[in-house]
Amino acid sequence: MQINVNGKSKEVIDDLSVSALINSLNLQADQVVVELNRSILTSEQFSTAQLTAGDSLEIVQFVGGG
Amino acid sequence: MSFLNIINNYPKEAVRNMILETTPDQIDAALNSPRLSVETFANLLSPAISDDQLEIMAARAHSITQQRFGRTILLYAPLYLSNECHNGCKYCGFSADNHLIRKTLELDEIEREAKILREQGFRHMLLLTGEAPEAAGIGYLEEAVKIIKHYCGSVSIEVFPMETEGYRQMIAAGVDGLTIYQETYDRELYADLHPYGAKSDYDYRLAAPERGGKAGLRKIGIGALLGLGDSLSDAFYTGLHALYLARTYWRTQVTVSFPRMRPAEGGFQPMTLVDDRQLTQFICAMRLFLPDAGLVLSTRENADLRNNLLPLGITQMSAGSCTAPGGYGDHDEDNKQFEISDHRSPAEMEEYLISRGYDPVWKDWDMAFLSKAG
Amino acid sequence: MDQLTIAGRTFDSRLMVGTGKFSSNQAMVDAMVHSGSEIVTVALRRVDIDNPQDSLLSHIDRDRFLLLPNTSGARDAEEAVRLARLARAAGCEPWVKLEVTPDPYYLLPDPIETLKAAEMLVKEGFVVLPYMPADPVLAKHLEEAGTATVMPLGAPIGTNKGVRTRDHIAIIIEQANVPVVVDAGLGAPSHAAEAMEMGADAVLVNTALADTGDPAAMARAFRKGVEAGREAFLAGLGQQRQKAEASSPLTGFLRKD
Repeated sequence: MQINVNGKSKEVIDDLSVSALINSLNLQADQVVVELNRSILTSEQFSTAQLTAGDSLEIVQFVGGG
Repeated sequence: MSFLNIINNYPKEAVRNMILETTPDQIDAALNSPRLSVETFANLLSPAISDDQLEIMAARAHSITQQRFGRTILLYAPLYLSNECHNGCKYCGFSADNHLIRKTLELDEIEREAKILREQGFRHMLLLTGEAPEAAGIGYLEEAVKIIKHYCGSVSIEVFPMETEGYRQMIAAGVDGLTIYQETYDRELYADLHPYGAKSDYDYRLAAPERGGKAGLRKIGIGALLGLGDSLSDAFYTGLHALYLARTYWRTQVTVSFPRMRPAEGGFQPMTLVDDRQLTQFICAMRLFLPDAGLVLSTRENADLRNNLLPLGITQMSAGSCTAPGGYGDHDEDNKQFEISDHRSPAEMEEYLISRGYDPVWKDWDMAFLSKAG
Repeated sequence: MDQLTIAGRTFDSRLMVGTGKFSSNQAMVDAMVHSGSEIVTVALRRVDIDNPQDSLLSHIDRDRFLLLPNTSGARDAEEAVRLARLARAAGCEPWVKLEVTPDPYYLLPDPIETLKAAEMLVKEGFVVLPYMPADPVLAKHLEEAGTATVMPLGAPIGTNKGVRTRDHIAIIIEQANVPVVVDAGLGAPSHAAEAMEMGADAVLVNTALADTGDPAAMARAFRKGVEAGREAFLAGLGQQRQKAEASSPLTGFLRKD
């Protein structure tokens, strides 16, 4: 199915969980924050939240800033 | 946070020690610093200040006032509406214990007084009452203000303390300023001097200026009655109170008055004597501590002293005052709250100010400026 | 000990540092450590999913430094609030450096959106440290809204020009009931000292530490600058003497009889 991650379109398997997506991107769950369709997910929700076609995700992390 | 929380951090004995233990070097340092802290303000209240140091402080006070206020002096008139009162303040001419003719002006009398004052040139009037809500309460004041507003664009009140809602009502009626003195900030002495009546509630009165600020009054005036109690600590607390109001109700102009005990009916003797030198010092120290506060000197003080204090930070003065209800029309000599000392008429005051190079301001503000009706 | 108190928490250091623009993570860590700082700012950005970088967090000792996420990138209040919520979801303490900078050229803070965002964030329980123009009236509005500090800029971000807004910052310091942190534009330790001498409660420095060849040394220098300025302020700087004003004595009347 097609989903949107950080503004880019991405093809992923159906019934993908957020934590699985994070793993597949070689990211660590405790170092990122995820917004699913404009709703911030708690870390528990990473494993329970199932993605559906057309979902929009923002995955952000801390970087240097003033 | 209320001022009640702040004042509790400065117990009277500690304040007195802070002031009395000040060294000459500390006074010098305070005079030399660009901005006073609470502690260095206390230093400048020290009775140990030398004549030379006082002169330096006066020069700074003069300079700061000139910078912030130019050479303007706002002229206002007190208008006593009623001398009825249920409080038993031991030092006041209107005390419920005193025998004098109690009078509350009728609306036509109010109009007469306001007209007289207007003809004298006043556009800023300060309305005064005692504390007798059934005779001269909020409703009465609303009626009075409505009349007076025809003759004068800026009305302040110096009456019994109100709830915030009461002050909002006053604003709606056209009042833009509030004056209320704590008399003394010494809680124990306060209890002693106000043995009965609503005024015996120290906390309620202390928080009145804040309630005025919350209600949105443009001007708030405070002061302590110098001579009632320990003048050093009262001067300190007055400064502290003014600072709190200025920082918290930052849209409001804060003014500080320096009423010194005068003889009153009932023969109350001031507990301490604040001499001219000390009064001068208080005024200058307040100016250095609060460069933007209005400083008020009324006709309680004699002409010579007022003339001499003029360059040292004063920005508001009354003239030709009468402290009895109806006194402008009746020339009532008997039922006054206190004796005045500077008997110059408003016209004489104006002439004098101009001769000294000052700028007498009759009209500084008018609520009509805000009116959409124009 | 003269400590800085923000939102009920005390700190020994009055120098906050930013973590942006460093040439390497090592340079950043050197600056942080040698500055003696206890509060560091970080930003939030989209992960580059094609090329994910190591998280910054792995380089920051959370026991030593309080993380202060900023809302840089926000162009309005809504975006700022969203970023703050994201940061909080990352497990940070709910402290936020509120930064709303719609103008990408000078990165000047938007006063209107900043106040709006501050009001919203305070209601949501954040400890808000707002980056703002050196506007004394705005500072009182923000304080009234419940922010934990005010952070007026010394000069536009990254310009290293120093305390250009000096006169207005002096008014803010005079009138504030909350700590005043001079943020942005401080390019040299002397600038930081100047801000502290004026009575600022703390300063925030980033570019000056990142722009140098030796971040550790520059951080040490800034640390000393901040400490020097603070100590001078506490000792009580004298005012610059003006010419004598009154030619005749003002208090002579007290001595006549």
